[in-house]
Amino acid sequence: MRDKLAISSKAYLFIIFFILYAPIFYLVYYSFNSGGTMSNFEGFTLDWYKELFGDTRLLIIVLNTFVIALLSALVSTIIGVLGAIWIHSIKQRQTQNTLLSLNNVLIVSPDVIIGASFLILLTMAGIKLGFYSVLLSHIAFSIPIVVLMVLPKLKEMSPSLIDAARDLGASQWQVLTKVIIPYITPGIFAGFFMALTYSFDDFAVTFFVTGNGFSTLSVEIYSLARRGISLNINALSTLLFIFTMLLVVGYYFIAQRGNTRGLGVRK
Amino acid sequence: MENKVTRNLVFIPYALWILIFVIAPVTLVVYYSFFDIEGNLSLVNYKTFFTPVYLKMTLSSFWYAFLITAVTLLVAYPTAYLITRTKHKHLWLLLIIAPSWINLLLKAYAFIGIFGTYGTANAILEVFGIGSKQLLFTDFSFVFVSVYIFIPFMILPIFNSLNELNPSLLDASRDLGASKWTTFRRVIFPLTIQGVKSGCQVVFIPALSLFMLTRLIAGNKVITLGTAIEQQFLVTQDWGMGSTIAVFLIIFMVVIMVATGNRKKRGAKNER
Repeated sequence: MRDKLAISSKAYLFIIFFILYAPIFYLVYYSFNSGGTMSNFEGFTLDWYKELFGDTRLLIIVLNTFVIALLSALVSTIIGVLGAIWIHSIKQRQTQNTLLSLNNVLIVSPDVIIGASFLILLTMAGIKLGFYSVLLSHIAFSIPIVVLMVLPKLKEMSPSLIDAARDLGASQWQVLTKVIIPYITPGIFAGFFMALTYSFDDFAVTFFVTGNGFSTLSVEIYSLARRGISLNINALSTLLFIFTMLLVVGYYFIAQRGNTRGLGVRK
Repeated sequence: MENKVTRNLVFIPYALWILIFVIAPVTLVVYYSFFDIEGNLSLVNYKTFFTPVYLKMTLSSFWYAFLITAVTLLVAYPTAYLITRTKHKHLWLLLIIAPSWINLLLKAYAFIGIFGTYGTANAILEVFGIGSKQLLFTDFSFVFVSVYIFIPFMILPIFNSLNELNPSLLDASRDLGASKWTTFRRVIFPLTIQGVKSGCQVVFIPALSLFMLTRLIAGNKVITLGTAIEQQFLVTQDWGMGSTIAVFLIIFMVVIMVATGNRKKRGAKNER
């Protein structure tokens, strides 16, 4: 029914796609350069990858990043799911909307503000900057996204399901674990994945609340990049790129299965 | 009775989170903005903010954010429109959005290589006979990379509103003799204005507060509000002044959000 796209339109789309993907493949391409620069491809080598895997400091940072991402995603999913159930269970629309607005504050705030305010908060609370301050911050900024991923599922659920369970003698706990949680599982997984990627990609907030001794990948790449080009970062980028793509694909399948809302843009 | 208690216990973590990580930080930022660098209660930070130095910085930050938003919109709107007309539009959309999932730092790092003195961009310029130029550490490269980063964020809301557009409206417009341009101006654009507005909102506010790109790509030539906050907090260690700038950034953010009026749409959604 729709007329086909004109050649010029196709060309336009092609250029946009090219511009969006070119820098990424540029990084990947030069990670195999034996020349040591990002401009002159001399020959194929895997030396940068070898160097990467020989760099214990960097490997520890990678490990830190994963631990922070997994722990923060886990904790924020638990708190977020309970929060979503709470918001959903509130009868007064006014209160519900207020809670939702409060929930969204951290989503719309610029990273710099979140980072700066968390820095003040954590310092005042006397928490030493390092692993725990980063973990707490990541949990904090991941919770609202989990709530937003779970809420639509809760809204979709027919209230008569809960009534039925209660009529059949289920306790509050049983209603939660046997009826509500199984129903919203796709939303929970989606929220967990989003939290994982949020934590994984965050730079600004971590940059503010990390101390001297602790670093995550984003912060490390930043300080390396400020010193200039080193093809180690390219090799690292390639691995991260593959990892991210796996996450996207994983998320996509979960979203498809659960029929939740489509893929959102990363903040 | 016992159920009620356990029920409330379960929700305590979330309530605590709102209290500690949503309300307290904002309050603390406002609180700190009233202290000078020695820790005395004063309005000196606010006075400093209204000096020409800071006002000029704010203005230039707004100008760059405006420029970035405008260019992003100009690139993203046609892209979103064309994607809605492809056969597998959701797949294409996914492909457009996928780069936004890749770590921001890596994309910035890629551009350090591309825009470098011996980088690809200069090589292309050489081919066209323009000769190599200083590209990295200029405001051009800053705007370019920012637009690059924000394009997916702009495309998504515009795509969604274009996708909801009833195609028969376009047929009707054409049947009534409107040209393509008139159809766009009088039918398509007004009906997708909400998507444009939320797109601008999700680009403009972060563009005001970028700080990593100004350091890596603009080489400190561009100072945004975000850069200033980072500078005050982490370099100068003047938390009071940093908080004051943050307070103004929050105020600007609220104004922009009210101006782009997402509220109405959200309300309508809740009614359903």
